[in-house]
Amino acid sequence: MGQLLRTSFVRELETLQTDTLMLGSMVIQALKESVEALRHRDMETARRLIKEDEVINKRRFEIEADCLRLIATQQPMAGNLRLIAAVLEISTELERIGDYAKGIGRIILLIGPETLLKPLVDIPRMCEIATDMLQDALDAFLNQDLEAARTIPLRDDEVDALYNQVHRDLIAMILEDPTLIDRSNYLLWAAHNLERAADRVTNICERIIFTVTGEFIEFDMN
Amino acid sequence: MTVAIERPSQAQSEASRTSSSPSGTGRYAIEADKMSVHYGNFCAVRDVDMKVPTNKITAIIGPSGCGKSTVLRCFNRMNDLISSARVEGEVLFQGQNIYDDEVDPVEVRRRIGMVFQKPNPFPKTIFENVAWGTRINGFRGDMDEMVEKALQSAALWDEVKDKLQQSALGLSGGQQQRLCIARAIAVEPEIILMDEPASALDPIATLRIEDLMKELSVKYTIIVVTHNMQQAARTSDFTAFFSVDDKRTGNLIEFDDTEKIFTNPSQKSTEDYITGRFG
Repeated sequence: MGQLLRTSFVRELETLQTDTLMLGSMVIQALKESVEALRHRDMETARRLIKEDEVINKRRFEIEADCLRLIATQQPMAGNLRLIAAVLEISTELERIGDYAKGIGRIILLIGPETLLKPLVDIPRMCEIATDMLQDALDAFLNQDLEAARTIPLRDDEVDALYNQVHRDLIAMILEDPTLIDRSNYLLWAAHNLERAADRVTNICERIIFTVTGEFIEFDMN
Repeated sequence: MTVAIERPSQAQSEASRTSSSPSGTGRYAIEADKMSVHYGNFCAVRDVDMKVPTNKITAIIGPSGCGKSTVLRCFNRMNDLISSARVEGEVLFQGQNIYDDEVDPVEVRRRIGMVFQKPNPFPKTIFENVAWGTRINGFRGDMDEMVEKALQSAALWDEVKDKLQQSALGLSGGQQQRLCIARAIAVEPEIILMDEPASALDPIATLRIEDLMKELSVKYTIIVVTHNMQQAARTSDFTAFFSVDDKRTGNLIEFDDTEKIFTNPSQKSTEDYITGRFG
């Protein structure tokens, strides 16, 4: 027939997508700010990021409630059902990435205002790649772009390589001077958070592929 | 004697929230107050307190025989046409009990229109089906314009604009039902009652009616009775669940936001019904 029969439901699905993208933007912003605050040992921003994670968590619950409402009231089928199922997963992944930003905020408070063990080079680079990956994944989700969803996870290798580099450097420092264990650990945690954030972007890409094709696939990054 | 019922205004009653009304609404299009309906000695529906929000879609659901259609018919005095029916309590429309002796039931039915289960166009042209109600109400404006507007509102205009003088009986079931909706809104009612409006239609025509209901709710208050729970869930803003007691009398069990009813109802019997444990 070629005409839209369920315009209000379609509108609601679009709103759900938009809300998910907005949650994603909040998370990207938080992650970028967390690494910037780490670079400058900015305690005030760190405390704000910890506080603002509550807003991210709240938005995620709202999206989840919207998904449940649409499932209960609109009987979504096929692609619509997969989209809602994917949003449930993606919003959870986003919320967890938000937790990593909050985690870096806590690490900043633990480190305090003292000078960092080493200049931050690899960690900001990890953040840059992870947040670029996430932004591209959000675009792929909006455009249901299968090709992008398949290629974005390849960049996780770069993040992993940087994490391994940070890990090696910090372990070498600890071996040289064991009194640096705590301060090394803090930076390692921060790097680990970013490594995990990129992994979760990969999960998001898997969900985009599921939305478009209905196939459950898992990227093996090894 | 005929008493005119006031047109709605900003000053319409701002009734306070009670258990008989869903949350977050301020204005009510119609209110049942301790409304009971008897058919002879049989009590079909007992003590219904129900405040129906303005410009929203309210669905009435429940198992067979719970009094859904009986309640709907009370809202525009259609039960008057059943000689054994007796309505107790009040049905307030803009502060006026529509069952007061001085109220003209014909005027009530103009202000509170009805669409039935089976499309029932008159055996006349498409144009006449829409024009008829307004003509007998003394409409003196531009009839062509009025008919087009009503057909546009009912999402039927594009399909019939080139055959307005053809018989309405030549339309498909879904088109006939939309024509009946156009006929109902032509007389500019405030409330449209719909009794299983899509149960005689195929799935595509059903979705068109449901989408149309959403559009119409911007301007009209819609109360729809449906035995199709999924339809109630899809279309309505608020849902009233009725059930029957051991004397087969209908009772209003729960009336709340549709989202609440279908995701987390307050009453166990509502949960049992919507999850298919009885009914």
